[in-house]
Amino acid sequence: MLAAKSGSTITGGAPSRPFSALWARIMRAQQNAAVNGLKTTHFRKPGVAFWLLAPQALILLFFFYIPAYKALSLAFVETDPFGLSVIFVGFDNFTRLFASPAYRASAVLSLVFTLVQSVLTLGLATALAFATDRVVRGQAFFKGVILLPYAIAPVASGTIFAFMFNPNVGPMAHMLHAMGLPWNPAMRPLDAQVLVVMAAVWNHLCYDYIFLVAALLSVPRSLMEAAALDGAGAVKRFFTVSLPIIMPTFFFLMIMNLIYGLFDTFGLIETMTRGGPAAATNTLVYKVYQDGFVQLDLGSSAAQSVVLMGIAMAFTILQFRAVERRVNYTG
Amino acid sequence: MVERNPWLTFVCYLILAVGAAIVCVPLYLSFVAGSLDYVRLQQAPFPLLPGDNFWANITEAWQKADFSRLYLNSLIVTLGIVAGKILISLMAAFAITYFRFPFRMTMFWLIFISMMLPIEARIIPTYEAIADVGGPLRDLFAATGLTGLIHTVTGYRLEMAMNWNLINSYPGLILPLIASASATFLFRQFFMTVPDELLEAAKLDNAGPVRFFFDILLPLSRSNVAALAVILFIGNWNQYLWPMLFTTTPDMRTVILGLRSLVPGPDQPPAWNLSMAAAFFVMLPPALVVIFLQRAMTRGVVDGDK
Repeated sequence: MLAAKSGSTITGGAPSRPFSALWARIMRAQQNAAVNGLKTTHFRKPGVAFWLLAPQALILLFFFYIPAYKALSLAFVETDPFGLSVIFVGFDNFTRLFASPAYRASAVLSLVFTLVQSVLTLGLATALAFATDRVVRGQAFFKGVILLPYAIAPVASGTIFAFMFNPNVGPMAHMLHAMGLPWNPAMRPLDAQVLVVMAAVWNHLCYDYIFLVAALLSVPRSLMEAAALDGAGAVKRFFTVSLPIIMPTFFFLMIMNLIYGLFDTFGLIETMTRGGPAAATNTLVYKVYQDGFVQLDLGSSAAQSVVLMGIAMAFTILQFRAVERRVNYTG
Repeated sequence: MVERNPWLTFVCYLILAVGAAIVCVPLYLSFVAGSLDYVRLQQAPFPLLPGDNFWANITEAWQKADFSRLYLNSLIVTLGIVAGKILISLMAAFAITYFRFPFRMTMFWLIFISMMLPIEARIIPTYEAIADVGGPLRDLFAATGLTGLIHTVTGYRLEMAMNWNLINSYPGLILPLIASASATFLFRQFFMTVPDELLEAAKLDNAGPVRFFFDILLPLSRSNVAALAVILFIGNWNQYLWPMLFTTTPDMRTVILGLRSLVPGPDQPPAWNLSMAAAFFVMLPPALVVIFLQRAMTRGVVDGDK
């Protein structure tokens, strides 16, 4: 996914517009891109441009457009188990999908998991970024430590958390048992869900933190000093001066966290719970893989892919809006 | 800061200490677990100080999953993705911002749309695309009647010739991950901020596009390339889903898959000390990158995402 940086336009906190206005903006952006996208001084050598674009175009065609087209077409057909005949079934795959309790449960689960993980990650990252912004001594050290998990693969995070909370040998599980909690993520659905949320927050915290620290650095000192002269304390300044300025970053991160929760937690879940127990951690992305690769139900899996594509597109449009609104003083 | 407020400063340090603990405690516990022998690991209480089996566990884990080979695979694949992505993105972004040609905007939008779909949303069709790269071409030739024509004229079976299966090959692990346009976009954004006078001057000196690109544009983009290379390296070293789908033989796996294979399942002996030791050397390259190239990394993250 991408977080492109918009040009350093400073937009005020304009009230959010209705959706039709969003389309108008996309259209306008399209016209602008048509005008601005090309340098006023440029080459007129279509041949050279063709060869420059060829590799990207070929790779996109073979590994993006054709697969995406196939996913779409598979979603509307039914293949018999022997792969001999293909029947066009229209929206059957989708109606069956939305009617299936397992899929609904998975959708609700994904939504709740993503929201909980987003709120926790953002809240924690905000507190840490605020504290980092305030302290002088040891700032670099704390930054370095908190950024460390950025290097750690979801699978490695999953392995570490799976061990710590392993009911037989995990030190954290021992602690919980000592408190009298019957902790066992392999048997109890809620425990497994809590485990996945913890690992996801731990793995993704640094990402939000990087952005928030950068955003807080960009808050003009003069504003802070003026507010301080007016007698606003540090916490009050944060809520009245910093927060409005970093709000676009906040909004952007909210969307990025939703994308992370929906799409990037595959490695965590696969390592820790494999979607269990009793489908308690079977999120949408994990289900696509399970149904397609393990159960070999291609029609259903393709329909799920299409639904995910739709979700991803909606989020991307939102993300670009957020990027457009992100204020950048840093350049 | 503006004023001195010892109490608030104390609270801030407390918050930071808690944050650092949240990050470090899991890492420390896994380090301790990686340094215990199999018997000690299963005895409660869990020791607070590391044992002396760390090196033994590392060597055992290394041999158990053949990490020499996996490390080589991971390096080849990750560096291939980083280099490939940066190369084709630079070229495409250069074409889109500095050249006027027919269908320029169409190309732009085709690239733009491809960023909208995370690769996870199209797992199965992409797998098919890798298993049979020639498929679309065969369909095209069959649809246009070329296959039959060539067969009757030359006796050459075209559909037999185009069976390219990239499963278990380096290209199969690299190419689909290059197929995202985010980097192209990032470079395009950057090229738009480059002053026009530079190209005007280059043109006065009779420099062609290639010369301009190598002498002026590329040196200017160096820090962007570095920042992007850092986050692409980390992100792709840590890839799991694709290597898992596109490899079926142990000798083509990446280190992440090796680590996954060492995680004890519910019905296996709980050799967590080995998987924890393995986690350490699997995490090492990206961790070193984060520690030593932190500035480039934060820039890469804030400017352009994976």
